[in-house]
Amino acid sequence: MTADFLLELRSEEIPARMQAGARADLERLLRKELASAGITPGTITVWSTPRRLTLVARDLPLATAAVHEELKGPRTSAPAQALDGFLRKTGLTAEQLTDRDGVWFAVLEKPGRATADVLAEAIPAIIRAFPWPKSQRWGADSRASDSLRWVRPLSGIIALLGGEVVPCEIGGIVSGRETIGHRFHHSGAITIAGVEDYAPKLRAAHVIVDHAEREAIVRDGAARTAATAGLVLVEDEGLVIENAGLTEWPVPLLGRFDAEFLSVPPEVIQLTARVNQKYFICRDAAGALANAFICTANIEAHDGGAAIIDGNRKVLAARLSDARFFWEQDQKTPLAEQAKKLARITFHEKLGSLADKVARVADLAEALCAHIPGADPAQARLAAELCKADLVTEMVGEFPELQGLMGGYYARVEGLPAAVADAIRDHYKPVGQGDDVSVAPVTVAVALADKLDTLRSFFAIDEKPTGSKDPFALRRAALGVIRLITDNGLRFGLAQGDLLAFFADRLKVQQREAGVRHDLIDAVFAGGDEDDLVRLLARVHALQAFVGTDDGTNLLAGYKRAANILKKESWDSFPQDYAPEPAEAALADALAMAIGGVDAGIAAEDFTAAMAALAALRAPIDAFFEAVTVNDADANKRANRLALLDLFRAAVHKVADFSRIEG
Amino acid sequence: MADNTQTSPSFQDMILRLHAYWSAHGCLILQPYDMRVGAGTFHTATTLRALGPESWNAAYVQPSRRPTDGRYGENPNRLQHYYQYQVIMKPSPAHFQELYLGSLFAIGIDPLLHDIRFVEDDWESPTLGAWGLGWEVWCDGMEVSQFTYFQQMGGFDCKPVAGELTYGLERLAMYIQGVDNVYDLRFNDAVEGKGGVSYGDVFLENERQMSKWNFEVADTDTLFEGFRRAEAECARAIDAKVPIAAYEQAIEASHLFNLLQARGVISVQERASYMARVRDCARGSCEAYMARYQDEWAAKFPGWSA
Repeated sequence: MTADFLLELRSEEIPARMQAGARADLERLLRKELASAGITPGTITVWSTPRRLTLVARDLPLATAAVHEELKGPRTSAPAQALDGFLRKTGLTAEQLTDRDGVWFAVLEKPGRATADVLAEAIPAIIRAFPWPKSQRWGADSRASDSLRWVRPLSGIIALLGGEVVPCEIGGIVSGRETIGHRFHHSGAITIAGVEDYAPKLRAAHVIVDHAEREAIVRDGAARTAATAGLVLVEDEGLVIENAGLTEWPVPLLGRFDAEFLSVPPEVIQLTARVNQKYFICRDAAGALANAFICTANIEAHDGGAAIIDGNRKVLAARLSDARFFWEQDQKTPLAEQAKKLARITFHEKLGSLADKVARVADLAEALCAHIPGADPAQARLAAELCKADLVTEMVGEFPELQGLMGGYYARVEGLPAAVADAIRDHYKPVGQGDDVSVAPVTVAVALADKLDTLRSFFAIDEKPTGSKDPFALRRAALGVIRLITDNGLRFGLAQGDLLAFFADRLKVQQREAGVRHDLIDAVFAGGDEDDLVRLLARVHALQAFVGTDDGTNLLAGYKRAANILKKESWDSFPQDYAPEPAEAALADALAMAIGGVDAGIAAEDFTAAMAALAALRAPIDAFFEAVTVNDADANKRANRLALLDLFRAAVHKVADFSRIEG
Repeated sequence: MADNTQTSPSFQDMILRLHAYWSAHGCLILQPYDMRVGAGTFHTATTLRALGPESWNAAYVQPSRRPTDGRYGENPNRLQHYYQYQVIMKPSPAHFQELYLGSLFAIGIDPLLHDIRFVEDDWESPTLGAWGLGWEVWCDGMEVSQFTYFQQMGGFDCKPVAGELTYGLERLAMYIQGVDNVYDLRFNDAVEGKGGVSYGDVFLENERQMSKWNFEVADTDTLFEGFRRAEAECARAIDAKVPIAAYEQAIEASHLFNLLQARGVISVQERASYMARVRDCARGSCEAYMARYQDEWAAKFPGWSA
């Protein structure tokens, strides 16, 4: 016999952003409670609306299974202390034990428990343990410190197992079978018989409990509404989820705003609509931003939504007129004037003002142009000097996420060269993993200079990331530098010491995703302070290709053998007047050839050629190990052989420190 | 759009309806605090009364001054002086949301014509050492109220929690009356041959002059001196165990700081330190208030502790 379980936790409006996490937490906590009682549920479904979290668990057994358990104890001949210990452990008396062939056994019979009883205890436990990101107290009970906490005041609990109420109580709220419908479309209590009539009855009361269904209504409804108006919806899944989380009965409605506002940059309009109002925006057939917005109402208004659309239009108009005011106001002050105000903003107490930072970045950007083909130093300096100026504009004050973008717009309005405006716009890039990397030379100069200055400055004052702490986002800055350098093939000495090691770590993380082995990066870094990332990666790529070949694998084995021997032995150098055996002579000749080839390859930065030269050592080193015993009793033989191996190791190290290579 | 015919309440009528509504639901109808404050929350009926275990239910209009929001009467949406309608109910009642929605209905908002939503918006006032969880209430996408369950005030846990409502009256009235410019609001309606008066008739000149004074005229030496005096007087009042008087000086310091900001004479670096000084005044006053009453409260409410 099994039964289905329905749990509804009703509350005042749960923040939309917390609902997905709450659904997962509710399922996890219930599964945990069931598991600890030995109950295995069938499928579990969790739904959320702004005002309720609902869980349906199918096919719960009506009772937990009786447990028969036998525990083996001490021998009957064991000392009394052993028996006492066993009795304490099992909670039994000596008379209750069973003697089997001279060994005590405790036979425990745990009767099954009614699942309803398990749930009646589990529900309050789950509510108390619920990990809301932020929770609150409320009401008269909150005179006490330990009063119930929930995301917002909890107002009701439905708990039904097989249609029977699971009786429980928490914070004065008693479980039952009554819920409420839509805040405005329905009044009075709704009585739920069980799992089957829950969603249909709520639907009849204008509540769609399944968040996925509401999301589909928002998503498809917005697209359809846009299409009906001859427009194309700008899809935004975050907005879909948020609007579904704010409504129990979502109704997408399209409104129009005054086309005059389209003079404001489209990013500003989109941000205003999305962030402040949670509206979708649309494009016209040509792809340009349309003067339309789509809001998601929570009611079927009795005028069809006309008043709602008009009200929302006015709110958006007020916001857009603020935005237009900022846009027009900001244009009255040249960026060079704005930049002066950066002297009033502290970048970091030990690193001076933002103006100080900008001055450093400008010098660096100009200098970096020597390494960036096509970058005009004067343009790079100008762009760097202006790149932070938009931080003091009204628009960026209102919408910090538009930093850079607005500076680019204002630079264009001022008539600055396109390369300068683009550099101002894009100098924060790449921001995240998926963000694109600029190839425009001036932009590359400013973007690199900005990030490098941040890294060098914070490393200079010993503010380095530790563990999960990276308050100045230095890891992201380093990754940005790596991508700018490698994507653009830039050649220059990047850093030394700690900072170079930090770049090496970041490079390993970044290259791992590209399938590059971190031990190979280590091997190349260990081969010398390689501070040219392009060369370093070329070496690593050649090395990875090489160690994948038969020659590479065997050479690595030969290297490890040689290195192991050298680790244990000491030697001076090649002995005088020594007549080498053929395998020794062959290796010596091969080494001379190979070292020449490796040096030439490295000098030409043809690392594949350098690897090929190394590969020529495979046969002679194998033959050498085959033919001779290194630790010969003859001191001269031993010395020559060790010296040869040392030379071999040195030749290999010219390419990379093979001892760092795994496998 | 909301009805803009004479059937929608005038500005003063809206206030009267709110008074009648909240009075009927057990709130004291108080008058504004007679000092310059930035928000209705500053009234002692909210700040100080949110402390301690006793029940407290009150509603009032509070003129609120935000000098930096002044626009010389030229912006249709922004004022340096405006009105907040404030409701505080302690402990927060069980159906506080429904009570609130009832008040919207009382001033003419039909929830089946207009889309009313509770959108997450937690409140925090570092100055008051206070925070709470709640929402901004949207009506057709416009924020018409703040709805907060106070969790802490003056650095103390609210035991019990108070529910606080703040209505932006001009904005709400513009919405209800369907006007785009605050100065076009009907302040009252024509009656017995006396013509209706607009919000602009009452306040436009006030906005012009006060914006000029806030931004251009106010003597900054006097303001700085006033700030120092208020701060010192607050400390004296705390020492003298008259926390209400101390709190008034905290309010004074807070407003003088706002005026100094409007005059543009406080640098970015100094700003944080001035805010910390105001916060110390406000928190110190709250602490003194708690210290003065907590034994009395603990005796009256067995088991209660600060």
